[in-house]
Amino acid sequence: MELIFEISKSGRSTADVPASDVPAVNIENTIGGKYLRNELDLPEVAEIDLIRHYTNLSRRNFGVDLGFYPLGSCTMKYNPKVNENAAALPGFTGLHPYIDERSAQGNLQLIYEMQKYLCAIFGMAEFTLQPAAGAHGELTGVMIIKKYFEKKKQKRRIVLIPDAAHGTNPASSALCGFEVMELRSNSEGGVDIEHLRSLMTEDVAALMLTNPNTLGLFERNIEKVAAIVHKKGGLLYGDGANANAFLGKVRPGDLGFDVIQLNLHKTFSTPHGGGGPGSGPVGVGKELVDFLPVPRVVKKDDKYKWSEKFPDTIGRVRSFYGNFNVVVKAYTYIRSLGAEGLKRATEMAVLNANYVKEKLKPYYNLPYGRICMHECVFSGSRQVAENGVHTTDIAKKLIDYGYHPPTIYFPLIVPEAIMIEPTETESKETLDTFCKAMIAIAKEAKENPEGVKSAPVTTPVTRLDEVLAARKPDVCCKR
Amino acid sequence: MDYCPHTPDDIKQMQAAIGIAGIEELFSDIPGKFRIKQIPDIPQALSELETMSMMSDLAGKNKLPQFTLTGAGSYHHFVPAVVGHITGRAEFYTAYTPYQAEISQGILQAIYEYQTMIAHLTGTELANASMYDGASAMAEAVVLCAKMSGRSKIIIARSVHPEYRQVVKTYSWANGYKVVEVPYAASGQIDLDVLQKKLDDQVAAVLVQSPNFFGVVEDVASIADSAHNKGALLAAGFTDGTSLGILNPAGSLGADFVVGEGQSFGNPLNYGGPYLGIFAAKEKFMRRIPGRLVGATVDKNGKRGFVLTLQTREQHIRREKATSNICSNEALCALAAGVYLAALGKNLKRLAELNVYKTQYLKNKLLELSGWEEVFPAPVYNEFVLRCSDARKVNKKLKKEGIIGGYELQKDYPELKNTLLFCATEMISKENIDKVIEILK
Repeated sequence: MELIFEISKSGRSTADVPASDVPAVNIENTIGGKYLRNELDLPEVAEIDLIRHYTNLSRRNFGVDLGFYPLGSCTMKYNPKVNENAAALPGFTGLHPYIDERSAQGNLQLIYEMQKYLCAIFGMAEFTLQPAAGAHGELTGVMIIKKYFEKKKQKRRIVLIPDAAHGTNPASSALCGFEVMELRSNSEGGVDIEHLRSLMTEDVAALMLTNPNTLGLFERNIEKVAAIVHKKGGLLYGDGANANAFLGKVRPGDLGFDVIQLNLHKTFSTPHGGGGPGSGPVGVGKELVDFLPVPRVVKKDDKYKWSEKFPDTIGRVRSFYGNFNVVVKAYTYIRSLGAEGLKRATEMAVLNANYVKEKLKPYYNLPYGRICMHECVFSGSRQVAENGVHTTDIAKKLIDYGYHPPTIYFPLIVPEAIMIEPTETESKETLDTFCKAMIAIAKEAKENPEGVKSAPVTTPVTRLDEVLAARKPDVCCKR
Repeated sequence: MDYCPHTPDDIKQMQAAIGIAGIEELFSDIPGKFRIKQIPDIPQALSELETMSMMSDLAGKNKLPQFTLTGAGSYHHFVPAVVGHITGRAEFYTAYTPYQAEISQGILQAIYEYQTMIAHLTGTELANASMYDGASAMAEAVVLCAKMSGRSKIIIARSVHPEYRQVVKTYSWANGYKVVEVPYAASGQIDLDVLQKKLDDQVAAVLVQSPNFFGVVEDVASIADSAHNKGALLAAGFTDGTSLGILNPAGSLGADFVVGEGQSFGNPLNYGGPYLGIFAAKEKFMRRIPGRLVGATVDKNGKRGFVLTLQTREQHIRREKATSNICSNEALCALAAGVYLAALGKNLKRLAELNVYKTQYLKNKLLELSGWEEVFPAPVYNEFVLRCSDARKVNKKLKKEGIIGGYELQKDYPELKNTLLFCATEMISKENIDKVIEILK
């Protein structure tokens, strides 16, 4: 397809600008010639061309509304439309962040109640909604941990992170000046308790744990893990990326987690927008409430207001109050589902994942055979060994069957990993046809491996040269 | 509401396939003593009708103003209809990050085009696919400059948005950097003499905004020279992005990074978010910058296509050695910005000029009132600071008429007593301004 710059023609435009109803001033005199730009190089396109350009681009994109999207760890559930309509209400979209609090009582109430609901769901003492995404929430969580030890006048240098963890965990720790030590997984995919014992010293600030972990397995020894960390004065951090696995079943706060971050764009159904916006609330236990970012909403005599009067706060991590409009969608979701609905969502998510796991088990290696939670992780190692077909080939072939591929090559501890997260909003029929496709691909890998390796063939472009893209980067069109 | 399509019969069949007698068995790895039956303290489920009426009630508790004269980092601009129609397409908004390039060419190309437009607009050679907001974009620039230089002192102009300064301080504290503030001169621009005195060979980055928080246009070229003379890098931001329609961008004036808030480009006020952080840089920093980058390449048949590129900078590959921890960004807001800029095209200049006209009209009319005076003489774009006898009283009077007045600077700048930061975008009509003057007479 042509670039927007390639369809540009001098003299065209889509958006017009009204004539001025106030006297024009001489810009050069008012601002000063040396501060003004000489050229403005933007595309010039008529409205119909602009609409066709972006509409045609959209047709080269795949979203949940088009089909099954079992991207593991990303919880690509259906994004309910009522959420979008609620969030589009002018009362929510139209307020300036610095409007006086009395004019923003609806927003403040929503934020306040959302925090309370999240506390109830996750068993934490308090939440902040300021972080703009999951990784931002992690960073905020680790900052809170840093502040906690600063306040206690303890210098702890290390954060422990399991080998199966998301890459954001070590990156977030490093951004707070911590040294990262890797914690091994045991043979059943859980924390290697002995290794944890040996690493857990008084130099360790925290263990960052994803539970269920990235293998989709619940940490059976969680009580022991929490005890080992706490005994040495450390804190237990929970990466809530996989929270869709346990709503209404167990609460991280009850399990001993001191800090958790969520991803509203995963568990709470807000759309991911092709890469964002997300929202990454952080919940903390009682001992850490004072360190939360400011401002925080406080309620007094049924009135809500912002307060910055928290001297031990880490400060701000974002301007204003976070991705408010994303929070509106998640709030709508919680209110429309209620406690029962949230629990049913988790139950159906876990049922779906186990169903897929059972159906595909005979055809793909399953490194950990236990009951899984909301996602299951296969390995394409058999297809590599027997047919020279790699996981990436299987993923690309799935595209030709009309699916978005699962997450691949993650977690790193599973070779040729295929991580499938169906989510609760998919029907048995969808899972059945998906499994049929996966089985057909396993068969084709044996009989006609080249057919798998040449996929996809139904897309506007075939496999792209990523090496070229990195060696001779072209990230800005030069005309 | 219930979005699970499972019938009781489906559940029965699926349980049989798995070999379990009941759903509860799937949760047997959770130690029994921690299992709960129900989440406490969550209101009853609602039907769609009830949900919508409850949400409308909640939205109704907010009071939308007649119009607003506050900008201060969040700007009320007209959004052309095309923007919402494109971002509302489910192919875009219900997609994840484009990891699988072949079925994500739509968002990849749109972001590539966005990157290109932002690079041109900011006078740089490249821009990433977006950060969380203007403040975090600035904070990430700080971290990058410190990492690249091995230096740990950060200089920030006191005329940078107060909340941006707070975010920079938080990130700097976490990394052990020292933040030094440089005051503004009587003109409203950064005090260049103090800047030069504070600059030494320990300074990693100098941070300014132009226009700055007071609406004042900075002399970015001189600031860049000062910073570079001491081996420091300049990360220059801006307040309202539409100013780039007429102002010479910081990238053309020597800034190494241009970091700012892109909300003005097609994104509603939304009570502060979601917005998008613009992060643009000189080409030499390409392999170090944070965030996702879309690059053009070719497929097996030589056809042009787009991929996420230079991913070895990123956390999912480099983990603790990554440039940044950012993963999700603000792609849909960046798409809105791209569509907005493509829709405006060269009209962005006319729009910026219109903002200047409205602003000058408002400013001159206010200055005709007795007791009002200008605080900073330096040139401004669409915001300016005036002193009056009682700033709070002025805002109260306006509030009574459903108008949001100026931003009271005193809370962030105690020395600026009874000053108001006003903003007039194209959304403010002559009639609006005349009404304000009538009220304040």
